[in-house]
Amino acid sequence: MGKSCGPVWVIAEQIDCRILAVSFQLINHGRKLATALDTSVDAILLGHKMEEHPRQLFAAGGDRVYLGNDPELAVYQPEIYTEIIEKLAKEKKPEIILIGSTSMGRELAPLIAARLEAGLTAHCIDLVIDGNKVLESRIPAYGGLLSIICPDRRPQMATIAAGVFPNPEPDENRTGEIIPIEVPKEIPRRIQTLKVVREELEGMDLESAPIIVAGGAGAGDPAGWREIADLAKVLNAALGATRPAVDEGWAALETMIGQSGKMVSPELYIGVGLSGELQHMVGISGAKIMVAINNDAKSPVFEQVDYGIVDDCREFVPVFIEKIKEYQEKLKTC
Amino acid sequence: MFKIVVCVKAVPDPKEACNIKIDPATKTLMRCDVPMVLNPLDKYALEAALQFKAEFDAHISVLSMGPPEAGNIVKECLALGADRGFLLSDRAFAGADAFATAYTLAKGIEKNGPYDVVFCGMASSDGSTEWVGPEIATFLKIPVVTRIKEIVEYNGQWWTVKAELENGYRLVRVQIPAVFTVTRELNTPRRLSFSGIIKARKKEITRWGIQELGVPEESVGLKGSPSMVSTIASMDSRRKVEILEGKREEKAEQLVQRLVNAGAI
Repeated sequence: MGKSCGPVWVIAEQIDCRILAVSFQLINHGRKLATALDTSVDAILLGHKMEEHPRQLFAAGGDRVYLGNDPELAVYQPEIYTEIIEKLAKEKKPEIILIGSTSMGRELAPLIAARLEAGLTAHCIDLVIDGNKVLESRIPAYGGLLSIICPDRRPQMATIAAGVFPNPEPDENRTGEIIPIEVPKEIPRRIQTLKVVREELEGMDLESAPIIVAGGAGAGDPAGWREIADLAKVLNAALGATRPAVDEGWAALETMIGQSGKMVSPELYIGVGLSGELQHMVGISGAKIMVAINNDAKSPVFEQVDYGIVDDCREFVPVFIEKIKEYQEKLKTC
Repeated sequence: MFKIVVCVKAVPDPKEACNIKIDPATKTLMRCDVPMVLNPLDKYALEAALQFKAEFDAHISVLSMGPPEAGNIVKECLALGADRGFLLSDRAFAGADAFATAYTLAKGIEKNGPYDVVFCGMASSDGSTEWVGPEIATFLKIPVVTRIKEIVEYNGQWWTVKAELENGYRLVRVQIPAVFTVTRELNTPRRLSFSGIIKARKKEITRWGIQELGVPEESVGLKGSPSMVSTIASMDSRRKVEILEGKREEKAEQLVQRLVNAGAI
């Protein structure tokens, strides 16, 4: 056996003292990576009034929790969080650092990576250890699956969206070591989070919706997009979007499905006017039944769904809505 | 004078990006003549700068790293109202990941001289990493706020901005100089005007390579990149599709029937 490598780290994230599901999912998968590398899975948890929370991370599979428990850490403060993690990483030399692809993670990950001169792969859909004990981070791109590696530098870093890896089965009997960390004194304080405001999201929550209707560039214009939104309404479905639809300004960024958006697993997915780009499709690969409506019979989307409608979505959707309504009326009268 | 730097990227036109494929043998992109355009989110970064310029005396420098053809998008930014355009272009810069890109851009920003704020688009449409803005800030040793959707206060050295968050926002106070990466909610980008295009004709783009930036070869491009593509696999479709045939009405009818039978609706 060679010299064992540094630990696998998970930067856990909490909002209002609640640890996010993605943090547990990363510990769960980090466990597998750590087993392949014969090392431990350690979590970094920063917050306030979090004394009891490391238990949950142990139950999920964590070996150690570095706990920063301080009023200054209650909400994400970029300078302080970066400084703490950089300092600790330089001391403990983790082999791998995993971070959730959340708003915080997407800012914090590059700040840490740049300080550590580390490679960072964005929004991975799988992570494996290869034959050379190097982390392979997989991302979809241009119709293929790319494996990104950082052969020479450590740590190897990656961000992963919620839902990519499964939730662990918590083992309440597992215990671990809690290592307190202090807020360093000498930090430039040029940036401060004054407050965090959460708003109620309009419409259905994508992650929990049993039916999702997603629209793409094929909607054509805002009127076409409204048709797709109407279809979602009739089906009591959540409305999702591809990146081009978000780029066009028809849909909000929060509704984007895919590698750099949300990962969802509905019972039924209906993709309207979209071409089946992998970056989008990986986000709904967990759907039970999939339907695509696209006017191009050769579109790659038709290789990735159960039912296909080759038609102009702007013409077809209104007819489809009518047929659904007819069916719903029939149900009522029976 | 208030100095603004805007970092922009030439990306394959997102509307045609589905035509780009990877050559499995060479692991390189087969671009198939997909035109390069200004990254959509960078338009919002430039617009933020242009709105400052309209309000008070400000000077806007636009920087891009890319192949010689990327000069066109720098030219486009000049036509939209930027004052100076820089293209960081050199064979040695090729193959850069986000880290090496941010390093090169940061060196370009430093060479250009003092600045008050740097605006970047939140992400590029081709890479989608969101890493370059925060990494530039790290190299420049200044603060960064990502995903801003509103600039609430901008008088003096301390600014207040709203940064997008899942279902909400962060209200952040930050000391400039700072880097801001912007979302679409920040503004509505202007369109190119004919007079802008005419004016931009007279403006020259400054081209800097590795010599001008004075950076070591091993810290830029592929050599300066911690991460690299190792393998490319094709993804298999895992479903067998049934294409529903017939007139529009019939297809809709059949689809409803299929979904009802499957218990999906």
